[in-house]
Amino acid sequence: MHSTTSEPAPEPGTPPDGSASPLADSTEQALKIAVVGGFGVGKTTLVRSVSEIRPLTTEETMTRAGDGVDDLSGVEGKRTTTVAFDFGRITLDATSVLYLFGAPGQERFWFLWDRLFTGALGAVVLVDTRRLEDSFYAIDRLEAQGTPFIVAHNDFGDTEHTLDEVRSALDLDPAVPLVRCDARERESAKQVLIALVHHVCSLITRRAG
Amino acid sequence: MSSHRGESPDRLYVITSGRSSGADDSLDAVTLIVAECLPTQGMQSEHAEILRLCVSPMAVVEVAAHLRLPVTVVRILLTDLIDTGRVTARHPAPAPSPAHPLASPDVLEKVLVALHNL
Repeated sequence: MHSTTSEPAPEPGTPPDGSASPLADSTEQALKIAVVGGFGVGKTTLVRSVSEIRPLTTEETMTRAGDGVDDLSGVEGKRTTTVAFDFGRITLDATSVLYLFGAPGQERFWFLWDRLFTGALGAVVLVDTRRLEDSFYAIDRLEAQGTPFIVAHNDFGDTEHTLDEVRSALDLDPAVPLVRCDARERESAKQVLIALVHHVCSLITRRAG
Repeated sequence: MSSHRGESPDRLYVITSGRSSGADDSLDAVTLIVAECLPTQGMQSEHAEILRLCVSPMAVVEVAAHLRLPVTVVRILLTDLIDTGRVTARHPAPAPSPAHPLASPDVLEKVLVALHNL
C-alpha cells in the first residue's frame, strides 16, 4: 500500500542494549504511550517496528499486603509480584522523547500499570481475534480510568474478520477507534500511533468545545 | 535478557542495604536522570554505573534495563544519588489529556510530526 516499505530491521552496528543512541543533553520531557494486550499478540513487535533502539526489557515489582489472613510466621503476609515489560523509544525533537511500553493486559498485572502509566498520553490495546477475551479487562479498565485509547487488530496479514465483527465481538464503544494493523510493518505500526494521537486530539477538542 | 529474573533476593537486599522503601515517589518510569558528577573510587558499583549511564539523560526504566535490576530497586538507588546531588531528575510534565487539555497544547502536534517523519 505504501511505496516506502522499509524493513523494520535494526540498524547494523546497534548493540543489543541500544546504548549507542544516547538522548540529547537538551532532552527535558519524556512522554509515554502504552501498548497493552495478551501474551503473543505482538506488543513487542509493534514497539520494535517503530523504536529507535532495540526494545529493552525490565521488571517492575510490587509488594502487596496479603489477604488479611493471620499469619503465624509473620513473613508470609506480603506477596511480591514481578512483571517483565518491554519498551522502546522515539526521539521527537531536541527536547522531547516518546517512550513506548509493551505491557501484558491481564487483570493480575494491572496494579503495576496504574503506576507505570500515570500521565501516559494514551494507550493502544492490541488484539488478536484468536484470543479477544485477553483484551476485555484492559478495555474495561482504560474506559474506567478515562485513559484515551484505541484498539488495533493485529492481523499479521490475515483478514478473515472484518473490523465490524471485531468491534461487535469486543462490544466496543462506537467512540473508540478500531484500526487494523500488521505490527511487523513499521509503516503500519506508525499509523496505529498516529491514529491514537489523532484520537487524543479529538477528545481534547470535543472537551474544549 | 534481564539476568536478574529469578536472582537471589539476597543480592537485591545487599544492593539496597536492606531497604524496600524510601524511594522518591515522584520518580516516574520516564523521569530523565542526568549525572552531575563522575563516579568516584569506593562508590557502590551500582551508583557508579548509574553515573556512567546518565552522562546523557536517561529514563528511569532505561537505567533499570541496563543495570538488569527491577525498577523498584533502581528507584531506591536513584533516590540515594538525588539526595546527595550526584544526579538530577527531569520529571515529565503531565501529558495533554481530556482531563488536562491545556497542559501543553503543542506537544501533540510535536508527536504527530515526529511520527509522520519516522
